[in-house]
Amino acid sequence: MSITFDNVSKKYSDNCIALDKVCFVVKPNEFVSIVGPSGAGKTTLLKMLLAEEKPTEGKIMLHDIDISFLSSKDMNFVRRKIGAVFQDFRLLPQKNVYENIAFAMEAAGRPDEEIESDVPHVLELVDLSPKIWNFPHELSGGEKQRVAIARAIVNQPDIIIADEPTGNLDPINTYDIVQILKKINDLGTTVILTTHNKGVIDSISRRVITMQEGKVVRDDPTGKYIL
Amino acid sequence: MERTEFKTKLKRVVKAGLFNFWRSGYVSLASVLVMMESLFMIGSVIFVGAILSVVMQEFRNKVDINVYFVATAPEEEILSIKKKTESLPEVKSVEYVNREQTLINFKLRHENDQLTLQALEELGDNPFGASLNIKAKEPSQYGSIANFLNEENILSSDGKKIINENTYFKNENQASINKLSKIIKLVESFGLLLSITLVFVSVIITFSTIRLAIHISREEISVMQLVGASKNYVKGPFVVTGVLVGLISGFITIILFFPILYFISGHTENFFMGFNIFVYYLRNFFQILFIVIGSGVAIGAISSFLAVRKYLKL
Repeated sequence: MSITFDNVSKKYSDNCIALDKVCFVVKPNEFVSIVGPSGAGKTTLLKMLLAEEKPTEGKIMLHDIDISFLSSKDMNFVRRKIGAVFQDFRLLPQKNVYENIAFAMEAAGRPDEEIESDVPHVLELVDLSPKIWNFPHELSGGEKQRVAIARAIVNQPDIIIADEPTGNLDPINTYDIVQILKKINDLGTTVILTTHNKGVIDSISRRVITMQEGKVVRDDPTGKYIL
Repeated sequence: MERTEFKTKLKRVVKAGLFNFWRSGYVSLASVLVMMESLFMIGSVIFVGAILSVVMQEFRNKVDINVYFVATAPEEEILSIKKKTESLPEVKSVEYVNREQTLINFKLRHENDQLTLQALEELGDNPFGASLNIKAKEPSQYGSIANFLNEENILSSDGKKIINENTYFKNENQASINKLSKIIKLVESFGLLLSITLVFVSVIITFSTIRLAIHISREEISVMQLVGASKNYVKGPFVVTGVLVGLISGFITIILFFPILYFISGHTENFFMGFNIFVYYLRNFFQILFIVIGSGVAIGAISSFLAVRKYLKL
């Protein structure tokens, strides 16, 4: 599934411009990193993909659907095709690891038998099987992020968006998370990653889009972290 | 996309709601306690209403007017006035006491007063006239009934007065009845207003507590939506938790009423003119159970529904 940002702008009521005529296309199965200083518009860009924010101008196309004009009901279906991973993990604190991942499958209307077989399997992929019955407050930052990744991939989405997923992690966990994201991409899922971490970008060696003050200032096919 | 059956979705929503309630611990406890206060208020309004109704009815029953006829008044004319009086819409009941019964009542009342009984003996004939005891539906209506009887008096046969005395017009009776009528109306209106106010305030407090409990989960609500959950699927577990808070609070309140009302009834039965609040509770148990638990469930469900809706922004 391709993603197209076609002249997308986002202006807030106080005339603050978060995005200014952003144009780029992400091809299916691509691994794209978006870099830039704080306030460059990286997170706004990802929020628009999940329809958390609507563009003031322009179109955001998923394949051939303009998601800016989807109803909230139709957007639910689109969100089930996108797995999201956040810097602050955003796990459901009252649910254990199993239930956090199962919730995404339940929301997608998957049957109980499938949930019972897929959740342990996806936890194996992120190497977190022993923690299946633990609650988020009982996990380390790296473990929480792995649960978030497991939740993001359990419905086999077409796209994974990861908004600074390594921002709160130590170098070892950062490395692990990047490896998991690369593995997911190798299995055929489009990955869009935003990060501040130069080491992460350099180690991935894939396409890098650099943003500054709401604009795309550089788009390198196999870029490095350059600001 | 595979579609799950409604039964499976319902099972998941109910299970998530129960788990939410259990795992939220102190927040659930606080919601139950505040909801109990609200239901307690609703229950109390029912009991106070019953007490007021009984006490006011007693007051009403104590008010009546007696119309005394002259001893020579023909019975058929008295019965005719009785019939006309009964046909008035304001009249609840009219009791006819004939001359003989009046004499018997008098003798019974003065059985220990030999002097009075001797004086009566010396008169030889029955000096008492018959009387009508009239009760109105409302104390405020005695005035119009008394005026009607006054007119009847004027229009009696042979141009003679057959009504000897109407107690409504005697001394301070008229003023007392009017005053009592005003007090009853005031107590009932004030009671209703106070009840509505108290119930309203406690329901608002419960609403706010449940909203606050859900406010804590606002991040959770947005995450649920981000992973693709529909609005109803997000709302469902919160509404189930609200219903559970209402059910549990309702049951505890209903159980707590037993010892509280038993204790109160022992001390207040005489004060409330023989009205036993505990017996009233037992007799109307299922109605009160339905009202208290039903109110709890409704408040819990509606407040949760409205509170979650506020945070479903996506």
